[in-house]
This record gives sequence, structure tokens and C-alpha cells, in this order.
Amino acid sequence: MVQVSVTVDGQRRTDEVEPRLLLVHYLRERLGKVGTPVGCDTSNCGACTVHLDGKSVKSCSVLAVQADGSEITTIEGLADGEWHPMQTAFKECHALQCGYCTPGMIMAAVDLLNNNPDPSEDEIRAGLEGNLCRCTGYHNIVKAVQSAASQPASVGGVQ
Amino acid sequence: MTETVERPARENAVGQPLRRKEDARLVTGRTNWTDNIVLPGMLHMAVLRSPMAHARITRVDVSPALARPGVVAAYSGADLGDANGSIPCVWPVTDDIVMPPHRCLATDEVRYVGDAVAVVIAGNRYEAADALEAIEVDYEPLPPVLEMPAALQDDSPLVHSESGTNKCYTWEFAGGDYEAAKAKADRVFTRHYVNQRLIPMAMEPRAVVANPTGPGGEITLWSATQIPHVLRLLLALVTGIPENRIRVIAPDVGGGFGSKLQLYREEVLAVVIANRLGRPLKWTESRSENAQVTHHGRDQLQEIELAVTNEGKILGLRVDLTANMGAYLHIITPGVPILGAFMFNSIYKMEGYSFSCTGVFTNTTPTDAYRGAGRPEATFAIERIMDDLAAELGVDPIELRRRNWIKHEEFPYTTISGLEYDSGNYEAATERALELLGYDELRREQQERRDRNDPVQLGIGVSTFTEMCGLAPSRLLGSLKYVAGGWEHATVRVLATGAVEVVTGSTPHGQGHVTAWSQIAADALGVDVDAVQVIHGDTGTSPYGMDTYGSRSLVVGGMAVVAAAERVVEKAKLVAAHLLEADPGDLEYKDGAFSVKGSPGSSKTIQEVAFEAFTAHNLPDGVEPTLQANSTIDPATFSYPHGTHLCAIDIDTETGMAKIRKYVCVDDIGKVVNPMIVEGQIHGGLAQGIAQALYEEVVYDAEGNLVTGSLVDYLVPAAPDLPSFVTDRTETPSTTNPLGVKGVGEAGTIASTPAVVNAVVDALRPFGVDDIRMACTPERVWRAINDAKSRGGERVAEGTVAYGGATTDSTAGGAS
Repeated sequence: MVQVSVTVDGQRRTDEVEPRLLLVHYLRERLGKVGTPVGCDTSNCGACTVHLDGKSVKSCSVLAVQADGSEITTIEGLADGEWHPMQTAFKECHALQCGYCTPGMIMAAVDLLNNNPDPSEDEIRAGLEGNLCRCTGYHNIVKAVQSAASQPASVGGVQ
Repeated sequence: MTETVERPARENAVGQPLRRKEDARLVTGRTNWTDNIVLPGMLHMAVLRSPMAHARITRVDVSPALARPGVVAAYSGADLGDANGSIPCVWPVTDDIVMPPHRCLATDEVRYVGDAVAVVIAGNRYEAADALEAIEVDYEPLPPVLEMPAALQDDSPLVHSESGTNKCYTWEFAGGDYEAAKAKADRVFTRHYVNQRLIPMAMEPRAVVANPTGPGGEITLWSATQIPHVLRLLLALVTGIPENRIRVIAPDVGGGFGSKLQLYREEVLAVVIANRLGRPLKWTESRSENAQVTHHGRDQLQEIELAVTNEGKILGLRVDLTANMGAYLHIITPGVPILGAFMFNSIYKMEGYSFSCTGVFTNTTPTDAYRGAGRPEATFAIERIMDDLAAELGVDPIELRRRNWIKHEEFPYTTISGLEYDSGNYEAATERALELLGYDELRREQQERRDRNDPVQLGIGVSTFTEMCGLAPSRLLGSLKYVAGGWEHATVRVLATGAVEVVTGSTPHGQGHVTAWSQIAADALGVDVDAVQVIHGDTGTSPYGMDTYGSRSLVVGGMAVVAAAERVVEKAKLVAAHLLEADPGDLEYKDGAFSVKGSPGSSKTIQEVAFEAFTAHNLPDGVEPTLQANSTIDPATFSYPHGTHLCAIDIDTETGMAKIRKYVCVDDIGKVVNPMIVEGQIHGGLAQGIAQALYEEVVYDAEGNLVTGSLVDYLVPAAPDLPSFVTDRTETPSTTNPLGVKGVGEAGTIASTPAVVNAVVDALRPFGVDDIRMACTPERVWRAINDAKSRGGERVAEGTVAYGGATTDSTAGGAS
């Protein structure tokens, strides 16, 4: 067992974990942060995307011990009192149907705008390549990211 | 309560692009996926699966696993004994169909890679997975048979040796007289297409939690399923647990696309073992397991023949299918191609139709419904051959369709398959689509590029489709030997406070039922959308239902909501008349209030009536307390959405890379409840249909290992792989339901695959290419071009040989 100390959605936690424990299982099963789902076992789908020190990572491809000392933001901690503009944009643009990819897609999209506040459609599509959606055909996801990009508050919103 | 208030006229909710009620939870992570559920004392199950496609099991010993840390129990099929039930097939399509046993845990032979052999129950998922490797299984390898033509040879290895054959069934159907039509024809045009196997790949893998500690001795099963009601019935039949002691809950379900329209062995095992241990039990599928054992879709070899005049008038159609069942029959495996049988003739008029389908067992994952279920396969074949015939005759593909389709003034029209299409306007949808694409302009550009031998060629593909959806009239299902009905149930209640509850048997998994049903019920009752709560997905709270598949929810389930709401209004009218001291016949109901015709001064709102019905202090004689009503609707007929889809595609002839330049679709789904949701359904459907055309394909190696067993190898398109879509609608109301609506969930998938492949082939016809097998990968496209060049452009390319049986031996059509 190894000790890890992390801050998740603003709360500090220290836990003893198996060295092999994936970050996503630590979040879901130890901390009850079940808003972040698991969609694959090969780090292709991106459903489990969270922010690790402000950068998006697939939490299935990070060990909990690797996150030691880090600050983690999940979809559950994205809203700061009010919804993040990306959350609003996803709802307004109907960028989700079943919603399973949505937490990862939103976290990836927020990071995308942090890096590129005014992306073209091609840049949005390329930037979300690591996140799969089976319901929307991405059409409205692209629109949602464009919509959020038009609002300054969506950039730098989460660190 | 008797005060009269001037009420503003309310605007209809139906037709508005209301933002979804579902989304607040989903965008903030406050979700309730099955895998989120944690119960006190809950155990975890892991499943040991066969590494071989075909082998005799000579020994299974689970005892070494019991010594592993955290392990509570482990079972082989033999250990479970009679509790090792057989998964039923509910659609025996012929009297002589071969229906082999399909045990939860294989005991004699394993028949595909992934077939379940044993299970471990442990304290957590890591311990359960670790202990699987301790189970000892001895296999005696048997030769697998993977391809359908080989499986039908007399000397083939048998998937089920006791059956004596790999043929599951042959189902035949005829309309009119095909042979007579053929005798009159100038030409007979025959093509062979491969409709490859696909993995549905819903983003949420399956998961189950079984809790056997119900207060009445009942067991509750949470499952990521499309069909909690059907599932409860099937669990009762397989396990022997009385139906009334099983509760099935489908909480948030992350997509299904048919793959969760099933009774899976893990659902049975979880119930049986949780009951045996007396503790809650969870199983969550990995993505690799999902690819391997959650049912696959499509997988047909299609021979299709048109008997036509020299002017391109279709006289007759013959279809011979070979359909891959996989290793076992799942709940509707044999019926999926039969659903397509009525759709090959599509929107076209003809005099004779002959259909035959042979189902075949192979040592592969079982197939079953995948978005469209039989109808995408049918639409693919007919729309592919229409484009190929147009090229053969030198006629524009749109013009060929015009010469054959049912004209808008001819509805209602009974097709050669015997279905009565109630409405449609193929001309209008097509005209609009041509305009949106800029068809004539792109044809000019195509010619210019051909003339200058541009390395990037342009192709334009057409698909004018219809589908039968809204499954389904129960009598018709009975005539096709399906063992259940196709009705749907709803309850509408106006509670004491005026809050409205709509209970639906149609269980959503991403479609937005909660929002759409709220809109329908709000209009039917004249109340606010926000006053309506929709209850679904739990046999404890919505006891009757036939669930969600086949684009049935709105046209069947939605109509049950409408009918129940109308009954609520009828009952409320009796109470209101009593309170207003008027005759019920003199009342009118508008915007949520009853008033006496001609004297608008006095009125009773539905909320006031509901409170009276609750207190029951002053009800008319013979009227029961509470304001609620049920309806169970059995649809009189199917619903027939249609549309015209056009795809313009750029093909780099030097690399084989295909890139969709513009995709236009004009769908006619009748009246629309929520245009925003409808567009979303179309987009997602298009993505899956385009994926079949360009990206997705199941590949097995020669030993039957699933090569495309993860998202690394199975190409689910990502955002850069798809274009933005140009969508529009024409609106020809259905005449067979009160809202005039048609289904939409499968339309995009059904229509788009042939549009895209037709575009790819259209781009390459100057090279002598007249078919490319799906998925049209850069390699296949490149080979098609280069093989055609090396043959002098005379014969079609075969494409690469992968799993699926015959190569694409497209035959050149010719006069008979």
C-alpha cells in the first residue's frame, strides 16, 4: 500500500492505495466521485477525462499514486456555484444524448479552449479526437464548443 | 377554489425545441449509471471466458480460485446445475428452426471466443479478476467454422454437433409473381453485396447489480438495459423465480443501439448467484468483453436481383440472404433479417418479389439487433443496386428512382410486400435535398475533375429510403411467430397538488423521453411542461411496458400517453360538470380548464378538479376518487418515415482516402414533437451509418480470435472522422396516429450507409470500379482502383479479404 494525498474538487484527501489502483477507480470507488465514468480499457474513449493540475488527462491511464500531490477537478467540481459555460453550452446545443461520454467530453473541451480560445471547426474536431461519442455524431458537440468559445468566461475557468 | 381567473392562452409545447429536462444531471456528473451503485456487503463477479472459438471442455476446476484473496465463491456450469439456465430465443421464425441450448456457462463445448465457462465472486473487482487465472480448464480443440459459405458445406465442422447442421433456418416470402415479372423483363441485373458485421459499442458498457434482500423476499436487478420489462419476464422464465418477485430497474443507461435489447447470461448469473449467496452482487463489463460478448449486428451476404425494362422500370425483385447467427441464438437473432424482408422493395413499385433468407451458425459472437435491425441491411442492398443499375443503364440515379417510386398522390399505397404505406412525398424530399446539395453544380464539377484526371475525384451517392418502424402490431408479430406483442402502456395521474405524473413503459437510454413525453402530456392536459414528471425504467413503478427499440417509443408509447391523458380529461370532465352544475356535454376543455360553453365566466382548472378527486368529498355518483387513467396501445400499423440522403465525397485516388465533403439529408418523419431532439437523433444515426460505410468492421482471424476486440482496433469514428451535416425535413403527417408522427431513431443509420458507399463507387466508376466492400477503408479503395487498372477497368475489385465469407464477386448485370 502506498499513501497518496490529493485535492479532488476542492477537498483534500489522503488514502492508502494499492500501487496498481487506477485513478479513475480511486475516484469512483474510494471517493464516490461516480460522475466520472469508465468507457473502455485502452484509453481510447475519453469518458473518464478529468483535469490533473489544470490539464485534461484520461483518469484510466493514470495510477492513483501518480496523482500524489496533485489537484484534480472532475465534472462534479467544474461548476463554481454556477455552471461552467461549457456545461451550459452542452445543454443549450443538445450536445449530449445518453450523456455517458459527456463528463469527459466537457472536461476535454474546457482544456481545449484553455489552450486555444478561438478554435476553428477543424481544430475543435482534432482537439476532441481522444473522446468518443456514440450518440451525437459530434455535430452538436462542435456547436457547443463554438458557443462556449464565444464566451470569455469559459477560458481559464478551471485550473 | 371557485374564483375565476383570466388565464393566458397557452402555447403548444409540441413542436418546440425545448431544452432537455434530462441534461442538468448529465452535464454535472450527478448520474446514476448501474456501475455507480454500491450496496452494503456487495460482492463482485468476474467471468472466465473461452480463449478458443471451438473446443470441447474436458475439465473445469474452480477450487484453486477459492484460495485466492477475497474470493467468496466460484462456479462452473456444472456447479450451478439446474440453475445454469439457457438463454431463450423468442423469435423462432420457422417451424423447423434449429434452436440449440444456450447455457449461461458452457458445460460441454465452447463455441466462440468469449463464451463463458466459469465465474468468480469476490470482495472487489480487482480480486475477482485476479482469481480468474486460478481456475483450471482443459480444452480439447475442435475446428472452428467462421464463414457462412463454409459453414453450409456438407463437410463443415458443426457449431452444434447435436443439430447435425449449421443451417438454422430458411425463411421464404413472396409478393406478386417474381418469375412472371422476370419473364417480361428486358434485363435481369444481379449483384452480390456484403453487409459486414458490426459492434454496436454503446459508450456505457453493460453492468448489473442484483440485490436479493428485498423486504418481500424479492430480488432487484439494476441493469444497463433497454428492456427492463421484457427482461423481468425472461428472467422469470429462465430462473423459475416468480415474475412478481423480480424487480428490474434500468437507471441511467448510456446508449444501447439494440445491444442492450437482450437477456444476457451475466444478468441471469447475477440473479441466481446473488440469491444463492444472499448478498448483493455486481458485474461490470470491460470494453474488451463488450466487444467480444455483447451481441454484434448486421453480417449478411446479400444476393439481389432486379428484373427491369430497358427504360429502367422495375418489374420484379429477388433477394437471397445468408445471415450469420453467430454461435447461439439470442432473443431475436433469427428475426432480425426477417424485419428487413419487407423493406427491400422500399419505395418502389413492382409486380413480383421473391425473398429468401438462410440463417447460419458459425463460431462467432451471436448477432442480434443493431440500430435499424434488418432494415439498414435491406436499404443498403436496394439503394446500392439502384445506383449500380442507373450506371448500367446510363441514367441519372435520381431519375431512375423517379421512374419507380410511389408518387405522392398514390398514397395510401400497398406495397408488393403487403404493407400499406399511409403517407409520403418522395418527390418533395428529393427536390429539397438536391437543392441543398447543389446537385447539378456538383455533377458539373465531377465531370470537370474526370476530364482533367484530377487525382482527387468527386463522387455523389444517393439513398432514397423508407423504413417500417414503430414495432409493432401484435397480430402481425404473432403471424411472424414472434412470441410477444408490440403494445405499449402509459399511466397519467394528476396528483392532489396538480402535479402530473406520466408513467411510461418505454424506457429511454438517451433519446430524451422525459422531455418529449412532458411536451405531449402537457399539451394533452393543457398544463405546463414543467408540471409533468415522467416515470420510467422500473418494473416497480412502471409495471407494464414493452420497452424501447425499433423506433417505437413515440409512435406507440407516446400514443399511449396521449390516450391516457385524454381519459384523464374525460374523467375530470365528469367531476367538473358536477362542480359547475352543468351537463358534461355542455363543457369545453381548453388550456387546462373546463368551462360551460357560452358562459366562460365560471370554470374549473384540472388542478382544482384533481384536488376534488383526491378529497372525494363531492364527487358525482359512480365516479371513483383520484384522477388517473391508463392506456395500453397496440398500434394498428407500422410508421413509415422516409427521406432522401445525398453524399458528396472526395476520393484521393493516390492514397485511397475518402473524405465526405457534404452530407445532405431531408427526412420526413411527419409531425415533430421536439425538433432539437429529432435533429440529434438524425445526426447520431448518420454517424453510425457512415461508420459502417467507411470505418467499422468486425475482423476475426483464422482461428476465430476477435482481432477488432477493443477501441484500438475497432474504428468508432471520432470527431475528425465525420463532417457537419446538412439536415432538413419535409412534413407529411402520418395518418395512423393522432399526433401525425413517425419514428426517427433509426432513420439516419438506415439511410446513410448506401448513400456513402454509392458516393465512393460513383467517384471511381471511370476506373471500372463498380463495388467496394465495406468498410471502404483507404486500403480497399486504393486496391479497388489499382486492381481495376490492372484488369483494364473491366472487372470490379475484390477488396481485401477479411472475415465475412465471400469476396465481393459483383457480377456484371446483363440481358437475360
